[in-house]
Amino acid sequence: MSAGLVLAGVSYRYAGALGAALAAVDLRLEPGRVVGVAGANESGKSTLCLVVAGLAPSVIGGRLDGSVRIDGVETAATRPHELAQRCGLLFQNASTQLSNTTATVLEEVAFGPCNLGLPAAEVVERVWWALRAVGIEPLAPRDPARLSGGQGQLVALASVLALRPSYLVLDEPTSELDPAGTRLVAEALARIAGETGAGILLVEHKTEVLAHIADDVVVLERGTVALSGPAAEVLADPRLVELGVEPPAQVRLERAVRAAGLEWSAALAEAIE
Amino acid sequence: MPDFARRIPVGRYRGLHPVTKAILAMVGAIVALGVRGWTGPAVVLAAVVLSGALAGVLRRMALFALATIPLVVSILLVNTFLYPNARDAIVTVGPLSPTWTGATAALQATMRVVAFGMSAAVFALTTPIDDLLTELERRGLGRRGAFVVGSALGAIPRMVERAREVVDAQRARGLDTEGGPWRRFKGLVPLLGPVILGALGEVEERTMALEARAFTAPGRRTLLRRLPDSRRQQLARWLLLLGSICLVVVSLSGVVKLP
Repeated sequence: MSAGLVLAGVSYRYAGALGAALAAVDLRLEPGRVVGVAGANESGKSTLCLVVAGLAPSVIGGRLDGSVRIDGVETAATRPHELAQRCGLLFQNASTQLSNTTATVLEEVAFGPCNLGLPAAEVVERVWWALRAVGIEPLAPRDPARLSGGQGQLVALASVLALRPSYLVLDEPTSELDPAGTRLVAEALARIAGETGAGILLVEHKTEVLAHIADDVVVLERGTVALSGPAAEVLADPRLVELGVEPPAQVRLERAVRAAGLEWSAALAEAIE
Repeated sequence: MPDFARRIPVGRYRGLHPVTKAILAMVGAIVALGVRGWTGPAVVLAAVVLSGALAGVLRRMALFALATIPLVVSILLVNTFLYPNARDAIVTVGPLSPTWTGATAALQATMRVVAFGMSAAVFALTTPIDDLLTELERRGLGRRGAFVVGSALGAIPRMVERAREVVDAQRARGLDTEGGPWRRFKGLVPLLGPVILGALGEVEERTMALEARAFTAPGRRTLLRRLPDSRRQQLARWLLLLGSICLVVVSLSGVVKLP
């Protein structure tokens, strides 16, 4: 059985749609690696997340061609609750992901493991592990309905982690967050990637976040892969702007410095970082 | 499990098991509505006032009492003025002739309705919804049933928050939501679409989020909380239920004449 999350020639069309939202996408995510996904609006990023997590077409319908395999297992042949333990999915909006039925963050994070019917001791052990991994243990007694946006997103992330998936698919987890919330989530993701060995597919508009934690970056354009490769190379690619993606601040600054005829040094780059 | 997650209720009344409180409310309803004469509603009213005081919710119970006003007013009017075959008129003003018989029946019916309402109020005000759902799920209510009830109640504050956001957005675009009642009502109409459509739009994402959290896994969910339930309470529940049913039967059969 080959390790990794592998998409081979994946095309997907929403039910009733005329065109394909994804066309012939090839992508590979290894355990412990972070692959960033960028692209303009309507480029297929969120669709890619649903396909990778197995929710499209099994939950939302539509037509999928090609193959999506997680550690050698075809997602189309796997039931959603089994898939949830292989590949966790985090959406943009924390408020729609929380169950709204729990009184404390601890119980909210326990919602998934409880659904699996695990012994209570194991549920509690998983919950504390997930809270520690995300760095939000002090939030455990808090009411999930009374958290800030960043905290809510971290709770949602811990809730997904508590199912112990080998891969995480994160659909713009910082899009509704302020800079402080974005920093919280980005730091948590970097920690999770380093400590848990989970492979992370991170869809993100904020290329600074990708520059900070992604090993590789894929840029989508109208449902196809337009650019892919090591993060540093892709994020410095001059075609990025044409593809509707703003390069990270450091890349823009470097270009501005060079355009002004000044010298860009490695020491300067390090100082900015 | 840490103590904050166990949330064992404390207090003489609040500390009762949720099912015991539910049975008490049910017994209150059975006796208030089923026992003839004044005894049933009077006993229930006294009991709910006592338990409300024990639980410290008397003030908040007044809100529930206010909610019964429309029903109480209609009961009073219909019975006092239109009681069938009553001839003991209190006063006759033109075609209207309220009767003593009707007024007495109205008062008794009012007591029944208020006793029933207060009985439900004490239960609602002293039982957290997650306590009740945990116990119902432990007793076989499916995870979908428990989730539907829990999330519907949990969605109310979210809807209120969304409505507030829409009001702010509409105000920013010049909609007038201040002024008299009619003007306020007219101001509400443009809010309904965004609030309802927004909530519906979230349904798909919520469904997918549940799938992503293994909600459709087979078998029973793990229940982390176990609320204390003594043998004494279990026995008391059965005795209360059987006792109330016996009381109603005795009252209706006329074996024992209750005032």
